[in-house]
Amino acid sequence: MSVDEKAVRRAARLARLAIPEERLAPMAAELTGIMEWVEQLNELDTDHVEPMTSVRPMRLHRRADVVTDGGYAADVVKNAPSSEDNFFVVPKVVE
Amino acid sequence: MSELLKMTMAEARDGLRAKAFSSAELTAAASSAVAEARPLNAFITETPEQAAEMAAASDAKLARGEGGALEGIPLGIKDLFCTKGVQTTAGSRILQGFKPVYESTITAKLWAAGGVMLGKLNLDEFAMGSSNETSYYGPAINPWRRGNDDTKLVPGGSSGGSSAAVAADLCFGATATDTGGSIRQPAAVTGTVGIKPTYGRCSRWGVVAFASSLDQAGPITRTVKDAAIMLREMCGYDPKDSTSVDMAVPDFEASCGGSVKGLRIGVPKEYRIEGVPEEVDHLWDQGIAWLKEAGAEIVEVSLPHTKYALPAYYIVAPAEASSNLSRYDGVKYGLRVDSDDLTTMYEQTRAAGFGREVQRRILIGTYVLSAGYYDAYYIKAQKVRTLIANDFTAAFEKCDVLLTPASPSPAFGIGEKSNDPISMYLNDVYTVTANLVGLPGIAVPAGLSKTGLPLGLQLIGRAFDEETLFRTGAVLERAANFTGKPGKWWA
Repeated sequence: MSVDEKAVRRAARLARLAIPEERLAPMAAELTGIMEWVEQLNELDTDHVEPMTSVRPMRLHRRADVVTDGGYAADVVKNAPSSEDNFFVVPKVVE
Repeated sequence: MSELLKMTMAEARDGLRAKAFSSAELTAAASSAVAEARPLNAFITETPEQAAEMAAASDAKLARGEGGALEGIPLGIKDLFCTKGVQTTAGSRILQGFKPVYESTITAKLWAAGGVMLGKLNLDEFAMGSSNETSYYGPAINPWRRGNDDTKLVPGGSSGGSSAAVAADLCFGATATDTGGSIRQPAAVTGTVGIKPTYGRCSRWGVVAFASSLDQAGPITRTVKDAAIMLREMCGYDPKDSTSVDMAVPDFEASCGGSVKGLRIGVPKEYRIEGVPEEVDHLWDQGIAWLKEAGAEIVEVSLPHTKYALPAYYIVAPAEASSNLSRYDGVKYGLRVDSDDLTTMYEQTRAAGFGREVQRRILIGTYVLSAGYYDAYYIKAQKVRTLIANDFTAAFEKCDVLLTPASPSPAFGIGEKSNDPISMYLNDVYTVTANLVGLPGIAVPAGLSKTGLPLGLQLIGRAFDEETLFRTGAVLERAANFTGKPGKWWA
């Protein structure tokens, strides 16, 4: 399946990734190459095959519904490029 | 002093316990070897002061006759494991300056066992690569060369810093991670041993995530026994990782002396791949002969969906990566490109912070998960994983362990494959199936190519049967008697 510039622009927008205009065409060509290669999976009839949902069969552990961790807001924001009073600071989102 | 660094981990451990030398001596030798080997670019961050402090603490314990299984042994840590207070980059610009306020479960276990941290090792950006060339910090260099040719070769990837450091005798072992072959392929092209245990054996907590259903940590070392010693300390149940398994961890080292008499070795016919150099298949035949001589029974098996493993992987891995990497937004940690508008800040930060291969995979992942394509790609790939798992279940009815090549070629030159993503992806052709179905695999050095470079063989085992891998791997290692060492051209 061929991936066109419009599809790259859409995926880039969804992924919050700025792609300069001049990179759209080369990226579309690269993605087309990869998508055409993965398309060989269509040779396989998988109509009656269950998709894998767990790498190894396992039962997930349950845990008590209690607070066991937390209470260190200063640590949480310690690596933030910008923070104030243990809040993350971002550009204004509400006018 | 550098003579000390030529020992195996087992010898270093025994020597420390016998007080033949101190951890301070061993660690000082390792830290100066690390500094001397900067031309290899194996380390992103060196931590010699921390190493000296940890060594002093180990010496105090050893003097009291105490200490863990790795007490006083200098190790390298792939820069994908969060280490408290020490920069953790994942080889990416987007995490520049990130100093975790917590320690990954695996590194915490290694320090509890007495390990000494020399520093953080280079890798492909977010572990996405097979040559270490996608690192923001530049490629790590393979200590091996093609004879007298001084062309710089890749150490494999993504754990290229780990394989280079262990092969160059900078440390006795290194942590690594494997999503499609990133422990086994770099081990194979550097003449080292690398094991990816069964999915769930090692906690993923505190390891920067690439593709969560495929990622698994393990060690790279110089011998099979050393891998057994180090892996045992890395494994174990961790409530902080929901896919961590609550199973006893065997004494893997005890398996290393066992016999393979009567063991059934499966040889999958689909692993004879067209276009792979003859010497790779030849070494494989040699491996088969070695195991036969040791008393094993050789069985031909079929894994009919092998050729679909890489295409399935290149849907599943980017899909999971695009989701995992959505957390890098310029808000919580690392790089931020300022803007007055939040969306622009996200988009510019991620464009500046992620390298080309990572961006390519984020876009593929986003594309295959987007509305209208999810069933055609992602669900399809997950169904193919089921078919591949069924292949292995059937094969393991006829055999106990599989023997295959570990990489389709010896180490190649920097830049030789970086312009063609698919030819780069093919480096994982022998290793990626084990990730898709969560099975354990080990790469063992087995011989040299015509150009004088290491080649490895791989063993793939049943789930949670690492013991058979160690037993068989040790037999292969003894038969191959691989004693080659790279010349020390960097110092």
